[in-house]
Amino acid sequence: MRSIRKKEDLLNLYENLRKEREKQGKFISVCVDTGCLATGSGAVFSALKEEIAKAGLNPEGEGVKKILRGTGSLGFDSENPVVVIYPEKIFYRKVRPGDAKYIVHKTLLNGEIIERLLYKDPETNEPIPYLDDIPFYKHQKRLLLANHGIIDPLSIEEYISIGGYQALLKALTEMEPPQIVEEVKKSKLRGRGGAGFPTGIKWEDAAKRDSDIKYVICNADEGDPGAYMDRSLLEGDPHSVVEGMIIGAYAVGASHGYIYVRREYPKALESATKAIEDAREAGLLGDNILGTGFSFDIEIARGGGAFVAGESTALMASIEGKPAEPHTKYIHATQAGLYSKPTVLNNVETWANVPIIINKGADWYGNIGTEKSKGTKIFSLVGAVKNSGLVEVPIGTTLREVIFDIGGGIASEKKFKAVQTGGPSGGVLPESLLDMPIDFDTLTKAGSMMGSGGMIIMDEHTCMVDVARYYIDFLSKESCGKCTPCREGLRQMLDILTRITQGEATMDDLDLLEELSYVVKDASLCGLGQTAPNPVLSTLKYFRDEYVAHVRDKHCPAGVCAALIEYEIIPEKCTGCLACKVRCPVGAIEGEKGEVHKIDPDKCIRCGICMEVCTFDAVRIK
Amino acid sequence: MPQLPVEPAKAVSEILSRYHGDPARMIEILQDLQEIYRYLPKEVIEEVSHQTEIPINRIYHIATFYKAFHLEPRGETIITVCTGTACHVRGSFRTLDLLSERLGVKPNETSGDLKYTLETVGCVGACALGPIVIINGKYYGHMTPDRMDRVLKRMGIIEKYS
Repeated sequence: MRSIRKKEDLLNLYENLRKEREKQGKFISVCVDTGCLATGSGAVFSALKEEIAKAGLNPEGEGVKKILRGTGSLGFDSENPVVVIYPEKIFYRKVRPGDAKYIVHKTLLNGEIIERLLYKDPETNEPIPYLDDIPFYKHQKRLLLANHGIIDPLSIEEYISIGGYQALLKALTEMEPPQIVEEVKKSKLRGRGGAGFPTGIKWEDAAKRDSDIKYVICNADEGDPGAYMDRSLLEGDPHSVVEGMIIGAYAVGASHGYIYVRREYPKALESATKAIEDAREAGLLGDNILGTGFSFDIEIARGGGAFVAGESTALMASIEGKPAEPHTKYIHATQAGLYSKPTVLNNVETWANVPIIINKGADWYGNIGTEKSKGTKIFSLVGAVKNSGLVEVPIGTTLREVIFDIGGGIASEKKFKAVQTGGPSGGVLPESLLDMPIDFDTLTKAGSMMGSGGMIIMDEHTCMVDVARYYIDFLSKESCGKCTPCREGLRQMLDILTRITQGEATMDDLDLLEELSYVVKDASLCGLGQTAPNPVLSTLKYFRDEYVAHVRDKHCPAGVCAALIEYEIIPEKCTGCLACKVRCPVGAIEGEKGEVHKIDPDKCIRCGICMEVCTFDAVRIK
Repeated sequence: MPQLPVEPAKAVSEILSRYHGDPARMIEILQDLQEIYRYLPKEVIEEVSHQTEIPINRIYHIATFYKAFHLEPRGETIITVCTGTACHVRGSFRTLDLLSERLGVKPNETSGDLKYTLETVGCVGACALGPIVIINGKYYGHMTPDRMDRVLKRMGIIEKYS
């Protein structure tokens, strides 16, 4: 790769790569991010590569003209491994290595569509050949995820060939730092990590500080269980994040940056590292970027596995090599952050928005979203939903549109019960609130929050008390222990919730639980504790009946809480086939062949294997 | 206590030099050391303290704070159950209970013979596949107690079902 030393170098390189790319004919893209690889997309990729070579073609192609591309996730994860043939965007789902030769010979070489690999409309059962016509994609607006599927994320040339680093060029050569800050302010971009603080105001404050050194940080410590958009962005389009960071650094006058990557994301770490190295080699990081005199570089910091490290002050402590313990925010990081120097900390998705805003302008960006929250937001639509994956929609889209139009509703025959948003800091919302537009303010008002964008769908077989207990259990383990309300309060809340799920609590405990929730909320030091009671308070607000059923009737209506349920065999349906008896791990099932079987509740560990293996539906939860 | 495969003094000095002895890189230093030993033996932590002249309690503060670090030896086979919310609402807790029963270890513990470590993870970000179980790095999606038990049998971890 040639080194880019000045404006013209990047322009020429872009021109050449763009022209080369225009000559690109058909190509096959296979998602190779963590989620896809786990479904076997690696083997599909290898098989396609082999078949393309066998057909006498070079799968690698030349430069940015490739016939086969390993790309970031296309988001429709419940259909993985997904293979898309461009430019038509023929969408093949659940592809197996054995399908490779057909894809190459029929579709790639002869333009023939293979019907059995197509997605079928769930209502009409009609096959849908093209990606853009599939309901999951049709209702989305993919700006941040636009490059997923069309570029090899590990190639800086591919990123440049489709216009990558043009925003950087514009920012560094046509705009002054205050102009960039103004543009970001005008765009009304708000932090995508959870709190929704206006990014431009953060930048403005850091920019006006006088300091020998300033920092920018990318928070990739995505710890909310059920949220993985930042992993996907870093794996699928890492240069967009790097580009955003360089622009931000120039705007606020920072010379040094960090990307703090969660240790559970080895592949995101790899692609972020590669992107930084390639950008440095190309001359887009380091001294005198584009000959403008501006110097900036980025380092990777590896997380150690602590949820609280996602909190900004804790994250900075962690980069300094200390335990990730938060401190109070009387002084903003923009004044004294990392090593007590002015610091701008934004999360992955926020940084990825920056090049879009600079390229298209704040006015264009301002047309998307609601009055107070602009742009799109990526949500991870997971849990009991039919179409599971990453979904990008304009802020202000309703929950119902996301869950039903895009998500296709509940996966099983069961009924929708609730949606949990905002991770452990968020809350659970019932069906009556589904027509609410999703933005930072509406969700907070309803007792939840947008958070980083996790959206976990729950059906009738999810117990709301168990969900609340689950979150408090998680948070009590992740509490750093520095302040008492969070450390002790969560422990006591967990104790009460555990007793409720075991049928050992009283009605007074419910009041105590509520009271404790407010204490933890009001008195905790950082965001972890201040928002921790949300899952409890929101379930108490919308699903109080379920708490009462556990306490008063010793009954778990959803059939989840192990201490309150018993598996039993329906004598009329049991054929005495021994299937469950053979598989019971604790020998809790009695009865000979041909006899009706019986479960001993004292031996039973409530694993449910008997129910899973019974082909006669003869096992039920009492 | 088995003999350590690499002399702590040597391993520590090598890794410290990789980071120029910078105390701000302590998390990475300990991660790299753990890669060698698969856990952080007491001798190694003592050696880090000795060579960096950082009080040992500060190193323990870091080593016990982050989940990445293990102060006890780990099993040959590491079974990780994702307990993220998406996995949880699809019943991952039942699979975890079953594994605990089958392996005779509690979650986040290692069997006495150092054969198995059963651990949980907050979320691995592959939620559409949930519930997910990772065995020595290999992902198993849509795990239910029934499927898990069959995997255990196939791997020879259990001989028979009941």
